[in-house]
Amino acid sequence: MKVLKGLLAAAAVTVISTAAMAGTLDDVQSKGFVQCGVSQGLPGFSNPDQQGNWTGIDVDVCRAVAAAVLGDASKVKFTPLSAKERFTALQSGEVDMLSRNTTWTLVRDTALGLNFAGVNYYDGQGFMVRKDLGVKSALELNGASVCVNIGTTTELNLSDYFRANGMKFNPVVFEKADEVVAAYDAGRCDVYTTDQSGLAAQRIKLKDPSAHVILPEIISKEPLGPVVRHGDDQWFDVVKWSLYAMVEAEEDGVTSKNAAEMKASSENPNVRRLLGVEGDMGKNLGLNDDWAYNIVTQVGNYGESFARYVGPQTALGLERGLNALWKDGGLQYAMPIR
Amino acid sequence: MAVELTDAAPRARPPFYNDPRIRAIFFQAVVLGAVLLGSLYLVHNTIRNLESQGIASGFDFLNTTAGFSISMSLIDYSQQSTYGRAFVVGVINTILVSAIGVFLATILGFLIGVARLSPNWLLSKIAAAYVEVLRNIPLLLQLFFWYFAVLRALPSPRNSVQLFGSFFLNNRGLSSPSPVPQAGFTLVWVAFVVGIVATIAVRRWAKKRQEATGQQFPVFFTALGLILGLPLLAAIVTGFPLKWDYPELKGFNFVGGVVLIPEFVALVVALSTYTATFIAEIVRSGILAVSHGQTEAAYALGLRPGPTLRLVVIPQALRVIIPPLTSQYLNLTKNSSLAAAIAYPDIVLVFAGTVLMQTGQAVEIIGMTMACYLTLSLLISAFMNWYNKKMALVER
Repeated sequence: MKVLKGLLAAAAVTVISTAAMAGTLDDVQSKGFVQCGVSQGLPGFSNPDQQGNWTGIDVDVCRAVAAAVLGDASKVKFTPLSAKERFTALQSGEVDMLSRNTTWTLVRDTALGLNFAGVNYYDGQGFMVRKDLGVKSALELNGASVCVNIGTTTELNLSDYFRANGMKFNPVVFEKADEVVAAYDAGRCDVYTTDQSGLAAQRIKLKDPSAHVILPEIISKEPLGPVVRHGDDQWFDVVKWSLYAMVEAEEDGVTSKNAAEMKASSENPNVRRLLGVEGDMGKNLGLNDDWAYNIVTQVGNYGESFARYVGPQTALGLERGLNALWKDGGLQYAMPIR
Repeated sequence: MAVELTDAAPRARPPFYNDPRIRAIFFQAVVLGAVLLGSLYLVHNTIRNLESQGIASGFDFLNTTAGFSISMSLIDYSQQSTYGRAFVVGVINTILVSAIGVFLATILGFLIGVARLSPNWLLSKIAAAYVEVLRNIPLLLQLFFWYFAVLRALPSPRNSVQLFGSFFLNNRGLSSPSPVPQAGFTLVWVAFVVGIVATIAVRRWAKKRQEATGQQFPVFFTALGLILGLPLLAAIVTGFPLKWDYPELKGFNFVGGVVLIPEFVALVVALSTYTATFIAEIVRSGILAVSHGQTEAAYALGLRPGPTLRLVVIPQALRVIIPPLTSQYLNLTKNSSLAAAIAYPDIVLVFAGTVLMQTGQAVEIIGMTMACYLTLSLLISAFMNWYNKKMALVER
């Protein structure tokens, strides 16, 4: 059986390369940039702007890692990946990390050989329908046609929710998020379902955004965060603590504007350890001492990133909600940098 | 005096390293060994990499609950079915789309190929334009055209177009009543099979009689009578054991009956019209390959152009047509994997799409999908090769 498995494996063997082993930090330092897997265009999370530069809170995580490792947040190359190919690209070494609004689940953490380096957005799945259908709640959706993206937790949660409530639905499953939205806009299905943040983002792309309403039910937990491969603990730590550094900076009140001044004059031990004035946090991670200082000055802290791309002042208009700091009643909690 | 012929002196055997036979064996063994070693290394390397990264492997996932629904399935399938069953559903959908596509493409291709050779100027020019235009546009673009043209043209379910009382056309598909066989319907099936067997027997007998005495027999109408009449008779005898399940608009969609989804229609139309262009050219080349003398001789014997084409030209043209036709059938089967672009649940979308994403076992799943397409293609080409042998002219 093992040989049979192996023979089948040999047929598709180019997918798995031998170089995808421990040592991603060294690879990144020697090649001089971080290869970051992002989505194919989700406003607010990872989306190319008018000039073709990638922006979004997921993009900011990759830029933070680049700032920490290489000292320059612009040394990132982006690979747009569909939901179908994102994990294979990471497993095979095509990208160094994935920052692609990916939900942290047990199966992905174990059977897929991946490690989730934290949660940069706590989300939940919701539904969007046309206002003129007159539907006020997801429980009225029995028998509806639902457009969904292939191979996502969305597909599974959808089936679970309808089964648990004794309702039936007709799935229409596409590979690309753009195709899903296009089919929903054309009327092929009654309902579009994905994470609430995705619904807000994709609604912007519809022909008439005000004709659609997002139903109030949130049917699942969708903790979205950056992902790396199994078997590379040092790189895992670097990505994890880069994200925590952004949250810690917001907790301590360090922003991109006052970081230089705080580094020079702050007496707060947390701030001094974070910005590399005291302690050897950077050395423990295998980085320079100004790893977190570079992150905060070049990318900003978590709150700045959030407000810039998905906050109430943007087109998405999302409140901090669950993503507020723990001190403000949310779930963003940085592990102590000491 | 007998002359004794002795054997010539035995040929001097060259040293073993110059003997061509031994050298041939040696080098072949070396190459075979190298290939085997190479494959073993690849296999071993892959297994080692999968294990070291902790990626699950093995075929146990085929018994795990799938957890997702499929929009079109010819066998029973629900969210609690296994991944293995999802694989079977995908395979059946692929075979369905390929079979119907092959059938329609062949008919359309033959018609257009013959039309292009027609002496009617308008007809031949229209056929030529069809072939030239559709042959040169990529299939994926044609597929998107049919899908979005079909989608946008149709109304939403609440404004469906009603045809013949109980057929409803909307952008979720064509909802039609479906027959629900009751007890006693097996007799009708048996009568149908008997009708087919009887038709084959009648045709054989009629051919023998025609070769012996020259008298023709109306086989076509007899066949029609047998295949339609016998089951009808059986149905009357058992009192029409067939109930109809009518589609009704409940809430968002039509419930009941059978739904032909627009993805399926778009895929079949795109595949057939595209492949028909190639088949048309193959048919045209086959017909042109038959010497014009055959046609002239047939006319001289008093045959009209229709029977000439059917009885004299096409059977000879088939020798040239069948091998490239096999390739086109295989192309159509493989092109059906484009279904992944428009949400038609064939094996690529269901198995190498959703299941691959849920389990992450890329190596096993892609291997199984490739094996499926390989099996289908080998079956098609085996059948066509048998048909080709049957059609070959037996030289006397």
